[in-house]
Amino acid sequence: MIPSLPRPPWLRAATWIYVAAFVGFLFLPLIVVSVFAFNDAPYPAPPWHSFTLDWFVADGSTSRLGLFHDSQLLESIWTSCEVGVWVTLLSVSVGLANALLLGRHEFRGKQLLSVMMLVPLVIPGVILGISILAFASRIAQFGDDSLGLDLGFLRPGLPLVVLGQFSYIATIATLTIRARLARFDRTLEEAALNLGASRAAVFATILLPYLRPALIGTAAVAFLLSFADFNTTLMLVGGDPPLTVLMYGRMHQGATPVLNAVSVFLMIASAALALAMVRRPRD
Amino acid sequence: MTGRARPALSRRLGTWLLMAPALSWIGLLIVLPHAELAMLSLKAGSGAPQGGFSLAQYRTFFDEPEYWHTFVRTAWMSALATFLTLCFAFPVAWVIAKVAKGRAAAWLFLACMIPFWISETVRTLGWMILLRQSGVLPMLLTRIGLTAAPVELLYHDSTIMIGLIYTSMLFMIVPLVSSLQSLDDALIEAAYDLGASGPTVLRTIVIPHAAPGMTAGCIIVFMLTLGNYITPTLLGGKNSEWFTEQIYTQFITRFNWGQGAAFGFLLLALSTAMVLVGLRLSGQRFADVMGRG
Repeated sequence: MIPSLPRPPWLRAATWIYVAAFVGFLFLPLIVVSVFAFNDAPYPAPPWHSFTLDWFVADGSTSRLGLFHDSQLLESIWTSCEVGVWVTLLSVSVGLANALLLGRHEFRGKQLLSVMMLVPLVIPGVILGISILAFASRIAQFGDDSLGLDLGFLRPGLPLVVLGQFSYIATIATLTIRARLARFDRTLEEAALNLGASRAAVFATILLPYLRPALIGTAAVAFLLSFADFNTTLMLVGGDPPLTVLMYGRMHQGATPVLNAVSVFLMIASAALALAMVRRPRD
Repeated sequence: MTGRARPALSRRLGTWLLMAPALSWIGLLIVLPHAELAMLSLKAGSGAPQGGFSLAQYRTFFDEPEYWHTFVRTAWMSALATFLTLCFAFPVAWVIAKVAKGRAAAWLFLACMIPFWISETVRTLGWMILLRQSGVLPMLLTRIGLTAAPVELLYHDSTIMIGLIYTSMLFMIVPLVSSLQSLDDALIEAAYDLGASGPTVLRTIVIPHAAPGMTAGCIIVFMLTLGNYITPTLLGGKNSEWFTEQIYTQFITRFNWGQGAAFGFLLLALSTAMVLVGLRLSGQRFADVMGRG
């Protein structure tokens, strides 16, 4: 703090009590979720009985079904991963193209286009979902009626979920990659070109390595956002729900601590991803 | 310059090639779908012939008290949640930006971010286990003698409010911290030296300086709260009466797309209006605010 300022002891104490209470508030739900993943009781509620790993490993023979044997949950995790990978690939590549376009090219309507790219972030996810649902089914209907084509992928299902999530995650990818590109020293490229490198070689050996940290960071964020997305996904999902949608459904019915077990798994996975990101050397 | 070294034609071609993904994304996933949604919302009842436009779907919204009550309630609760989030986040952002030093500040900032790496469903599950009648807090309240029997803490408006504030916190703290960090300590010191009191400094120096960050945070939080689905429906149960739930009911459950589309546009209009008002109030540009968030 600014050292010369008067700060009475009560204010100092109050500040730290507030901060401690605040951090407690932030972590309380996560702690509670984790604790009840290991409670030997059929519902995630107090009192504490005893420690068990049933909600991870039970195979259903004791009327308990643990995470590792709950095929519906495992499938939904896999679905979320598949969707996440597609969204990540699409967002990073389109984000890179957009960054290059806005950072290096001049054309009419550039200002308009760059504002339009921000718009998806201010549209509520539910509305992105229903608008894409409506438009896709209009095209599917048209294909069916006029061309005799069966465009099944435009009906609610995973391809639409991927497109729906991509529609706003692409904005975030564009912003991050563009910010990094803006700090690039273009004389490096010119030097390489003067020395006779082809444009493709310059791109692959100079620009891409420079952008790598932003690309990897964007990929991690895109995957995480896709994994956690609910609003857009809910409107576009078909028969095979990703994890968030399945969990939501089960939470409505009052589910067993197996959901706590999944949550613990998610926390560990996010922590691992976060650590991997932090430990990468930064420039 | 490299641009001049190459023929203009191939450069133009490059621009067009790079524009293709952007135009398909914005055109096919944003502009055309919203045009379709607008048309759906303006279509005369499902039995009417093609091309008939009417405002019937919007009229239903105003005729049916249930609908506009939910809408007003969603807007009002989102505004309140935004304000409360700002109040709770501000002291913490101040501590991170100005009070804590070096590592302590970094750790505190990290602690504020960690919960948001985990999906909202998980965090909501935590609140449900804490607050429901058979949950942790009602049991503790009974045990220390505050209540005779466990009380139901879920399904109240205040429960929804706590959940909304919780889930919005990060989006307020990040812009606040970055705007407070750019405030020169010397200004605050000078004000004190000239005899200003703490509240005066806050009102005349800190808040005006942090206003862009506060606006950015409020815009983002209001928008996310308005569009939230999980938190109100799970923590509020049948009493949630949240507008996104109405949209879902019309669009997915009742398959009444026209009505759902009209609801969607009303929500979008409210959200957009708040963004524009926020920008106008603080005299900022849209692109700057989004870049900050």
